[in-house]
Amino acid sequence: MTNFSYAAGEELNPLIPHTAEIIAGAVAFGLLYLVIRSKVFPMFEKAFAARTEAIQGGIEKAERAQQEAQAALESYTKQLADARGEAQTIREDARAQGVAIVEEMRAKAQEEAARITAAAQATIEAERQQAITSLRNEVGALATELASKIVGEALDDHVRQTRIVDRFLEDLEKSKN
Amino acid sequence: MRIQLAATGEGFKAPSAKDFNLPPFIDGVAFATKPILLAFLSVVLISVFFIAASRKAAIVPSRLQFAGESVYSFVREGLAKDIIGHEFLRFVPYLFTLFTFILVNNWFGIIPLLQFPTMSRVSFPYVLAAITFFVFHYVGIRKQGPVKYIKEIMFMPGVPKAVYILLTPIELATFFIVRPLTLSLRLFANMFAGHLLLLVFFLGGEYLLMGAMGLKIVSPFAFLVGIALTFFEFMIQILQAYIFTLLTALYIAGALADEH
Repeated sequence: MTNFSYAAGEELNPLIPHTAEIIAGAVAFGLLYLVIRSKVFPMFEKAFAARTEAIQGGIEKAERAQQEAQAALESYTKQLADARGEAQTIREDARAQGVAIVEEMRAKAQEEAARITAAAQATIEAERQQAITSLRNEVGALATELASKIVGEALDDHVRQTRIVDRFLEDLEKSKN
Repeated sequence: MRIQLAATGEGFKAPSAKDFNLPPFIDGVAFATKPILLAFLSVVLISVFFIAASRKAAIVPSRLQFAGESVYSFVREGLAKDIIGHEFLRFVPYLFTLFTFILVNNWFGIIPLLQFPTMSRVSFPYVLAAITFFVFHYVGIRKQGPVKYIKEIMFMPGVPKAVYILLTPIELATFFIVRPLTLSLRLFANMFAGHLLLLVFFLGGEYLLMGAMGLKIVSPFAFLVGIALTFFEFMIQILQAYIFTLLTALYIAGALADEH
């Protein structure tokens, strides 16, 4: 250590320290360290931490949004599948119902046809019977008239008349056979 | 004074070590010297700048905060985190103070009007190296206990016993003498030599300008070289601040590691 007083431009060994400078250097450095330790360091670290947190928060938010979108997509897909299934069921039901309706209609139509046929047949039968009866009467009357004319014998008696006609017709049918 | 000498034709006196002995500007007050004033000026400048830059601690930094953070994260990430590892955070304030203090005081060597590198006064590098010396030994002793710490320095594991005769003195000298000495002298010598070099070219150029006609013509070349060297010095000043901080971080990392 050199003494405090030295002349300007005095030749000194530059490697020998100077007491005042050592004290001043230590004090200056210590002061700066305290300022940085108490003011600068915590604030910069705070900014760094906040930034890291902000970035991580952003990433987490994005992940959450992605998960939500995924869930929504799955839900939509599921709903779509459900809707498709439902449509399929409805279509099948409709087809079955259609088949049933057609079947029913056909049955009804057949029934109706059968009924109409039966009624027609009954009418025809009745008309035939009627025709047969009237024909028989007419033919009887004609034949009687013819016969009375031929025989000259008036067959006024109705009962006899009928008997004769019946016999005549039976003969006729027999001869037909 | 020297210029006057030159002008009166007493011949050029080359700058020397005595140009670094600046007397107190108040007679009898040993602390009133230029280097001491510069050291405190650097404390004020660094404090003001970084307090202003870090005050808001915003997520989206302003230009000022970004500038401050760039320097801060250079030390924090590039030096502390990469070298010391997971325990780095508690050393960041010290390394950051060290880096900015040395850097600004080095820059004083080329900042107009100030133009004196504080670290060319050997006392300042001695103080800084002494602090680093105590810090890394303290860290090592706290981490491993005094006995194990000294033992690991003296008897490096994994070495044949006979080698210790040679290795132990070397290791002891390295840890307790060479490290602090080289740390301080490297910084001091670089700043001292750099300043001397600039003095030679600028004062020499000035002397030539005062001289005869033939010398006047040569004078601009001296100034040109001086300006080029100023840029060169600028880089050396950054480099030396970086190296001092880097080595401090390495010594701390070594003291923290279980095996050297």
